[in-house]
Amino acid sequence: MKIEIKDAHIIDPSIGINEICNLYIQDHNIAAIKDPPEGWNADHTIDAQAHYLIPGIVDIATRLREPGQEHKATIESETRAAVSAGITSVVCQPDTNPVVNTPAEVELILQKNNSANHCHVYVIGALTQNLSGNILTEMAALKEAGVVGVSNCHQPLANNLVLRRAMEYASGQELTLFIHPIDHALSGQGCIHEGMTATRMGLTGIPNAAETAAVGAILALIEQTNVRVHFCRISTQRSLQLLERAKFDGAPISADMCAHQLFFSDQDIKSFDSNYHVIPPFRSQVDVIGLRKRLSNELISSICSDHQPHDADSKLAPFPSTEPGISSLETLLPLVLRLVHDEVITLSMAISLLTYKPAQLLNINAGSLAAGMPADICIFNPDLEWELTHANIVSHGKNTPFLNQTFKGKVTHTLVNGKIVYQT
Amino acid sequence: MQHFLTTESLSKDQLIAILDTAESFTNVDERTVKKVPLLRGKTIVNLFFEASTRTRTTFELAAKRLSADVLNINIGASATVKGESLLDTLRNLEAMNVDMFIIRHQDSGAAEFISKHISPGISVINAGDGRHAHPTQAMLDMFTIRKIKQDFETLKIAIVGDILHSRVARSQIHALKTLGAKEVRVIGPRTLLPARVDTLGVQAFHNMENGLKDVDVIMMLRLQKERMQGGLLPSEHEYFKLFGLTQERLALAANDATVMHPGPINRSVEISSDVADGPQSVILDQVSYGIAVRMAIMSILAGSE
Repeated sequence: MKIEIKDAHIIDPSIGINEICNLYIQDHNIAAIKDPPEGWNADHTIDAQAHYLIPGIVDIATRLREPGQEHKATIESETRAAVSAGITSVVCQPDTNPVVNTPAEVELILQKNNSANHCHVYVIGALTQNLSGNILTEMAALKEAGVVGVSNCHQPLANNLVLRRAMEYASGQELTLFIHPIDHALSGQGCIHEGMTATRMGLTGIPNAAETAAVGAILALIEQTNVRVHFCRISTQRSLQLLERAKFDGAPISADMCAHQLFFSDQDIKSFDSNYHVIPPFRSQVDVIGLRKRLSNELISSICSDHQPHDADSKLAPFPSTEPGISSLETLLPLVLRLVHDEVITLSMAISLLTYKPAQLLNINAGSLAAGMPADICIFNPDLEWELTHANIVSHGKNTPFLNQTFKGKVTHTLVNGKIVYQT
Repeated sequence: MQHFLTTESLSKDQLIAILDTAESFTNVDERTVKKVPLLRGKTIVNLFFEASTRTRTTFELAAKRLSADVLNINIGASATVKGESLLDTLRNLEAMNVDMFIIRHQDSGAAEFISKHISPGISVINAGDGRHAHPTQAMLDMFTIRKIKQDFETLKIAIVGDILHSRVARSQIHALKTLGAKEVRVIGPRTLLPARVDTLGVQAFHNMENGLKDVDVIMMLRLQKERMQGGLLPSEHEYFKLFGLTQERLALAANDATVMHPGPINRSVEISSDVADGPQSVILDQVSYGIAVRMAIMSILAGSE
């Protein structure tokens, strides 16, 4: 099968292209950009005039809810939502039920994804057994099964000694550690940023120090062990300052932010709307500005969705009793385009943070349009305005504070391995 | 007004209307037949997910004096333990054709949540949600202050104690600010004052003597025993030493300063007995005004249907 995509505005920072031209796909891979391969004869042509074409988006933090929470979402439903939003690679987190402790869970997820057959799914394995924070998982076996890293998600480790051992052991297996910096004693039962909104609404706050204290402790252990660590979902300006300084001093670290953290502060929480309940919490306006300012920094390797689809009941309770998280696959690209529109980052930097930088972090064969790469492609109309409604959210999770907002920029085609998996 | 959830969103006129209506009910309990027929035929449910004697009783009495039928349901944590969601519990009760719910719940935002999911035509009164609001308590406090001091504009008021965990304090602050109080202070150890409490429009003091200077009204808060856990306070003894309201400290306030407390009081923890029982204390008046104020709020909600 030969596909020709004509007259697209192709942007791929990994190969330094930013111009209107054609792209040629032969079977599963990219054959050429600009000039067709010799003797080219397309079987199928996509007219992409006035559209952008970028590498398929790589989302490093996606909850697919399977196995164990199929009432919230399934691998099939969420990967279908992913491709409708131009995302061609998602990374499943280990906090499923059962937890991704062994190759068995990894294989189950990959098998389920084979039958769903929408996009690529990668898996992060558990750092400790059942994420209980005490006993390490069999990381060599997990690595062999194909995990792209290990993480304890939001669950605490017993103490810093376990963290140190886990870091050292994981690095011996050449597995990247994905650490959520949370001091669990300081965050306690909190459900909102400790600040003026928490005070006004009488909700238990999570102080900035719950993140910065953990960042400090982890950095101290990195200095001790020289282990490579990726810091997940940074929410405070101060954490970024600490991390940037450490990176400047040579620490082997990277970090990411999730898109919605760049749009809401605690002051946007006007009523007890549980769609705003998210961990880490929406921080202060100072933090939002600080995060935005640092997006282009070398430290940052991804803007991710941190997609957490929920069933309606999980959000139907008073705010503190609801489950945290936002269904956010389908707002990832539109929100990043808003950042470009607001001149927070350049389009080229935005595409880097959605494609080749996260692919590099995960060490996967994705995020680039170089000839020979798998033809994972996102084509979008940058001018099309649309409204996010309950009815048009593809994900099973309808939990989002962006509901009924208007976005500019809509995906029209998604290709995975040279196959059109989504088109409007 | 269909629901009464917080003092925060209400205008000065609305607050004053409640106080004026309450005034008209103060003589009801002096009659031989302590009843008015305003809510005859209405069913009011006291739905308490958290233990309470005082608040529930005054609501019950207020509803009965308005001739309503009253049902008391103390759910505690039992229904949630059985796995029934808050919404399911509510739907079950709704099916019994209730006109008004009076709700206390341990989660901040519970009353607002219920008001958003309840059938139209049913009113919700917040009788305390988590640390968020306890607006009827605040209104009876406002009523008490107005009875004694008449005018809010000249008043310096200090709220003393565990502001962090207090829904009463939050509702008092909003009501006092809207009613135009000259100055509202909060006094307590840093561990018991919420972050950025100044954004509520109050001045924070960590020293009782400085905070009480020249105030016209002292509103004490109850100190929960469990605050000794988790490093918020070392002991009741030290708390009383630093923040207990004694005669000596009361003397620092204005000469005619009024002492209030939402009850139940912990003698020698937050307040000494001679102050609690002394001439400047209006703690028991607050309780009796509580009935009139709750009658006022219920009748206003019923009248707006």
